[in-house]
Amino acid sequence: MDKIVFSKPALLTDTPMHYCPGCTHGIVHRLIAEALGEIGEFDNVIGIAPVGCAVFAYNYFKCDMFQAAHGRAPSVATGVKRARPDSTVFVYQGDGDLASIGMAEIVHAATRGENMTVIFINNGIYGMTGGQMAPTTLEGQKTTTSQFGRNPLEHGNPIKICEMLSTLTGPAYIARTSVHDVKNVRATRDALVRGFKMQKQKRGFSLIEILSTCPTNFHMTPIAALEYVKTTGVKAYPLGVYKDVGLNEEEAK
Amino acid sequence: MKRIIVSGFGGQGVISLGLMLSYAAMKENLNTSFLPSYGPEMRGGTANCSVVISESEVASPVISRPDILVAFNEPSLARFLPKLAEGGRVFAASSAKEEYLAGGNVCVVPVHELCGNNQKGQNIVMLGAVLSQASLSYKSAEEAVREVFKRKPQFVEANLSCLKAGYEFAKGLK
Amino acid sequence: MKKLMKGNEAVAEAAIAAGCRCFFGYPITPQNEVPEYMSWRLKEVGGSFVQAESEVSAINMVYGAAGAGVRSMTSSSSPGISLKQEGISYIAGAQVPCVIVNMMRAGPGLGGIQPSQSDYFQATKGGGHGDYHMLVYAPSSVQEAVDLTYKAFFRADYYRTPVMILGDGMLGQMMEPAEIPEAVDLSSLEPKPWAASGNNGGTQRVINSIYMSPDALEEHNAMLTRRYEEMAKVDVMSESYRTDDAEVVLVAYGIVARICKAAVDMLRESGVKAGLFRPVTVYPFPYEEIKKLADGKARKFISVELSCGQLIEDVKLGLYDSKNRPEVGIFARVGGNVMSPEEIADYVKSGRLSKSWIK
Repeated sequence: MDKIVFSKPALLTDTPMHYCPGCTHGIVHRLIAEALGEIGEFDNVIGIAPVGCAVFAYNYFKCDMFQAAHGRAPSVATGVKRARPDSTVFVYQGDGDLASIGMAEIVHAATRGENMTVIFINNGIYGMTGGQMAPTTLEGQKTTTSQFGRNPLEHGNPIKICEMLSTLTGPAYIARTSVHDVKNVRATRDALVRGFKMQKQKRGFSLIEILSTCPTNFHMTPIAALEYVKTTGVKAYPLGVYKDVGLNEEEAK
Repeated sequence: MKRIIVSGFGGQGVISLGLMLSYAAMKENLNTSFLPSYGPEMRGGTANCSVVISESEVASPVISRPDILVAFNEPSLARFLPKLAEGGRVFAASSAKEEYLAGGNVCVVPVHELCGNNQKGQNIVMLGAVLSQASLSYKSAEEAVREVFKRKPQFVEANLSCLKAGYEFAKGLK
Repeated sequence: MKKLMKGNEAVAEAAIAAGCRCFFGYPITPQNEVPEYMSWRLKEVGGSFVQAESEVSAINMVYGAAGAGVRSMTSSSSPGISLKQEGISYIAGAQVPCVIVNMMRAGPGLGGIQPSQSDYFQATKGGGHGDYHMLVYAPSSVQEAVDLTYKAFFRADYYRTPVMILGDGMLGQMMEPAEIPEAVDLSSLEPKPWAASGNNGGTQRVINSIYMSPDALEEHNAMLTRRYEEMAKVDVMSESYRTDDAEVVLVAYGIVARICKAAVDMLRESGVKAGLFRPVTVYPFPYEEIKKLADGKARKFISVELSCGQLIEDVKLGLYDSKNRPEVGIFARVGGNVMSPEEIADYVKSGRLSKSWIK
């Protein structure tokens, strides 16, 4: 009998994704579904979709979903978690959503130690609105609102979320990963699993920042965009675990 | 219907006196409303509250012409005395200036003397003094004092003595 | 049994009785007793309280908790309610039932902290972006605040809509004897199969307000409109006081209506045939009911309000096609000032009928 070696994770729907060719949102969606599957969470999952390209994330996950206002997903998730403490809640946000308009919400959800897992897509640009400068846009990076490249004197400096949030007492797990190659995709999956385990063990707030691409607004081919993250992105945003309070390893198995 | 304004400095027990009046009225199955001033003035400035006691439904909780004015200080007399309703009554703490106390409708209550050792009970002395003019019974005022001090039972007896002292002082008032 | 209760606390306790189990708030005068009360009371009943980092966040927590199927509430006062408008629009669009309390204070801007009714347009005509309404109750006593808050949770669930309790600083701060209704048995409440509460058994529930197709969004708007039309038939509430033979009718809501009642009694004593019309729901507004008064003897309507000419617009709308062509005027105090019954009575006796609130 043939053995199935690769299949769609149970938590994903059959809906074709609307993302641009080469966009890494699709990879991350799959990784979330795989990670939840790995910890055995199929039924009692509630997801919060942001404003941005992932606004339709609810089309791709089978679990119950909310679509939140721009930047407010951590607050919506707080309400959900308080109302349904036994559910597993994930929040999906981009850099404009989380690090600009929603900065207050993410910092306070983190400092309260809300028992939720935040997936933070950092591609350094506003994708859906057409390539404007994001709070995470790199120095020198050209966008439609920083057409000669981001100049710190004029536009300010990029925000480093993992570094910032790991100064707080509330978070249980904060890590930055990337999806620019297979090795890092796997590391991202592991980080997501650990984040969800933190939630299952009620350790509190977990956030996984994932360096991602936007070939369309980088004006690059998908491969060049991945190269850009690999060579330039990870220099500005070092990968690694920024905070980890530890899991009960027995329980985590 | 009785419309009562209680006024003084913050910390003189103005608000709790008004509250006890309302509470006593409720005990007698009367309709009542208690409206405190609120905001920064509560913090060390002047405080006042409006209490309406009525056999029928209370229409306006806002009092423009009080039937009874309870004033703990001069600014209160200056502010509310001109608004007193015709035939209205004033209860003033003994520390007020002569010029305000001239009218025949002003009852000066020597609160310091009457509360004896319990100087914090000045507002309770006033409550006792006002009772009969507010058509409230001594018994329901007693219950009001017990209610307000239910979390500090050690102060109940001393305050009941203040209530009695005020009540006895004003008993003869027509 | 009746208890002497502060308006803010009474509203909070009524919410608990109605099954509210999640509350999210942010401090602002003059409504602070609501979150303060909820912070300890929800613990007793196994609910959840969060002091949010902002009103913006608090209303989104309500969106999450109520969207997950738990009766939820937030409260604030005018400037804070402005911050909640984005969330309220999403909540209305996503059809999430919840209760929002606004103990109004004077504006615009930071304004003052004294009582006001200057958020009338905001509460009744939308407030946030997009075509939506809330059911808006305007209680005039502590007991009515209790009863309407309790009712609000049931109407919110029935329509899947946000419901606002529109009070003011005075109602929030004043104390009156009030009786709290018996607490609902949570298990007796209608199930919410639409709620994104997890464990969906394979049928996904999505709480959202995005419709990229104009046709789909138009149909969504139509569905909401049908709901508002049903509210106008079923939920509209008003009170008429001494209006049977009244020639002059004062129109007022909330606490102001009580001041007007005293004014009506004074006017009657001096031989003026005055009455009071009090909308209890300000959205939907009791247009039909006010028109009936004009079909009778009433020829003068005076909007008495703590705003610069907001309520008067609905009074005019209610009367615009009345065959008796009644006259409409305004008497208002604003900025946190409150009119006395005497001021109102004097104004009516003067025979004036002002177009503007400015004297």
